[in-house]
Amino acid sequence: MSGFVGLLHAELTKFRSVRGWVVGCGLAVFLMLLFAGLAGAGSSHTGGGPGGGKAPLGPDGTPVLDGLTLVHQPLDGDGTLTVRVASLIGSEPPEGAHDGVAPTAPDAPVAPPPAAAEPWAKAGLIVKSGTTPGSAYAAVMVTGGHGVRMQHDYTHDKAGPADARWLRLVRTGGTVTGYASTDGTAWTQVGSAALAAGDATAGIFVATPGHEEFEQFPGGSSSIGGKVVATGTFDNLAFSGGRPGADWSTIAVANDSDPHAPPVVSSRTGDTFTVQGNGDVAPTTGGPGPKLEQTLVGSFAALTVVAVLGVLFVTTEYRRGLVRTTFTTTPGRIRVLAAKAVVLGAITFVLGLVASTGALLLGTAILGGDGYPATVGTQVRLVVGTAALLAVAAVFALAIGTILRRGAGAVAAVVLLITLPYILSVAAVLPAVPAQWVLRLTPAAAFAVQQTLHVWPQVHQAYTPAFGYFPLSPWGGFAVLCGWTAAALTIAAVLLRRRDA
Amino acid sequence: MTAALHAEWTKLRTVAGPLWLVIGAAVLTAALSAAAVGAAECPATGCGQDAVRTSLAGVQLGQAIVAVLAVLVIGDEYRNGLIRTTLATVPSRVTLLAAKGVVVAGATLAAAIPGVLGAYLAGRLILPGRGFTAARGYPPMSLTDGATLRAVAGSVLYLTLVALLSLGLAAAVRDAPTGVGTVLGVLYLAPVLITVVSDPDWEKRLRQLTPSDAGLSIQHTIGVADLPIGPWAGLGVLALWSAGALLLGGLLLRLRDA
Repeated sequence: MSGFVGLLHAELTKFRSVRGWVVGCGLAVFLMLLFAGLAGAGSSHTGGGPGGGKAPLGPDGTPVLDGLTLVHQPLDGDGTLTVRVASLIGSEPPEGAHDGVAPTAPDAPVAPPPAAAEPWAKAGLIVKSGTTPGSAYAAVMVTGGHGVRMQHDYTHDKAGPADARWLRLVRTGGTVTGYASTDGTAWTQVGSAALAAGDATAGIFVATPGHEEFEQFPGGSSSIGGKVVATGTFDNLAFSGGRPGADWSTIAVANDSDPHAPPVVSSRTGDTFTVQGNGDVAPTTGGPGPKLEQTLVGSFAALTVVAVLGVLFVTTEYRRGLVRTTFTTTPGRIRVLAAKAVVLGAITFVLGLVASTGALLLGTAILGGDGYPATVGTQVRLVVGTAALLAVAAVFALAIGTILRRGAGAVAAVVLLITLPYILSVAAVLPAVPAQWVLRLTPAAAFAVQQTLHVWPQVHQAYTPAFGYFPLSPWGGFAVLCGWTAAALTIAAVLLRRRDA
Repeated sequence: MTAALHAEWTKLRTVAGPLWLVIGAAVLTAALSAAAVGAAECPATGCGQDAVRTSLAGVQLGQAIVAVLAVLVIGDEYRNGLIRTTLATVPSRVTLLAAKGVVVAGATLAAAIPGVLGAYLAGRLILPGRGFTAARGYPPMSLTDGATLRAVAGSVLYLTLVALLSLGLAAAVRDAPTGVGTVLGVLYLAPVLITVVSDPDWEKRLRQLTPSDAGLSIQHTIGVADLPIGPWAGLGVLALWSAGALLLGGLLLRLRDA
């Protein structure tokens, strides 16, 4: 294999001896850092939550909303709760509300008229380790449109029977089990969750997400809606295991204090409770704050530079006539192509690692603590994924340059195949469904490696590219780019062998 | 100047590439527009979409092809060494760049007029079937409407200005692939940056000052008063960018060796 190593050395020498290409490498790094700085500086520093504060973090570090209304008693050890949810209704969203903020500011909040409950409005039983926003919990509930669900710790959701109205929660030690029934006598288990043993609070709760309609139109996307109030009516409430002499008290756990939110009340007549809630218990879906992948927006600029380098690496040989010397010294033309691909890919990957790490650090430093938090694993995926994307895109450009042997067309083809689908999808020039297909089939799918937003099935959101959600998984999208590159390299190898130099 | 123009026209028409690029630009503009209007929908409750702007969406792809054409007009001369012959016959480099500019503008018009008209026709024919009916506030598109005529004619002008911008940048860079990369970067990177900037002031400034976003505001027919920059003012910003690029290219062409 010393022949191939010698070939690698030759290709590396060819690359580093052209001053313009080395300058191009530096330019790619510089542009990544520049755009990271611009993206960071150009993002407003208003934090994540609608009330101005940052979203609290759940037990596993996910930012969450915790705005339920709770009618509760302390529960120090084992216990059982049973209730029947008689009804769950919602309310009309405020007129002309936009992005969750009511346009008019009445002096006293006005109770909105009733309407059907939101599909993910929730009413049921809960055991929660405390009343601070973000504390762990296990709950079984009736929802507005998704039947009975058991959810715990914000991110876990399990479906139960669709038509049951009787709910039961049983806490034994460190486990909470949820049951549902249609008549109050025959119970089916919905699910179970782990909750730390010890002091907790238990009771009935009502929560609802705001009413949101997502609209996508050419040139942008918007969400229209506002806070609504869900009213749950409960009867046949039975509670065992509480402290003797304790009584029910109401609290609205809230992580934002919106003075214009609709009023929240709970009332009790005999054994029937009527509880209203206007916040949700769920993970947040990004919110108005900046997303971490926005610090890597410079990867488009770096991609263009790297595409030019990849194309030039092969077309310059044809232009200067060096290709004849190359094929004389190395008759195996596919080995030449392979050596070029390896050298170019390695240089671009290292370049990409340096540039992405720098851009990420610079961007997060400028953003301060704002922005959707991401785990270390996600950040590593962002950096390594972007570097890999740049490397494979460079090899793709090399292959296209070998096929076309004309530099201008090759650069245009590579940039248009990788950048234009992304722009058309994210800038909402294409509607949501064609945009998702475009981001599945074109090499632009590889930008999914940069997605930090999580898709939560139990939260209503427009999971479309315009809102930052790619249709494919991160490495699935990257595999699409690899597939395109492999096909291009194969065609390039065939043409290289068959055509004259 | 007439001789230089004649020479440039000869160079353009005797090579196969420019003809294919002209045809390709027209076809791709109309095709992308047809795809965009074919996927657009207006529900019965009404929608706030700009029908004319949606049907002119193909310009976003056509601008890239037109840019490649303009870059090749000057980049190819450097590639095959013809530039020395050219500069020997036309010693005045400013005249040379002007002649190339005229020929590029002419070729772009030959691509833009059928392409943009094709896009307009696609919208005219397809949109009523997608829910954009008169009952929902979308009468059939017509060139007698002032705003529509402005959008269509403005899109043709937009493509021509993009071609001149590309010519200037290619003359500055002197290499075809690098020129294409630079031009596509200038055109497409600003919209990407705008999608991540959430500060409204930054976003407004970017939309007012970058070539593609300011230039494409000519396509708006609804809500013109709320735009960050008016239609003709936006096209003027793009014209300034093109003039600046041509100035830079001309200056570097004069000062440097061939």
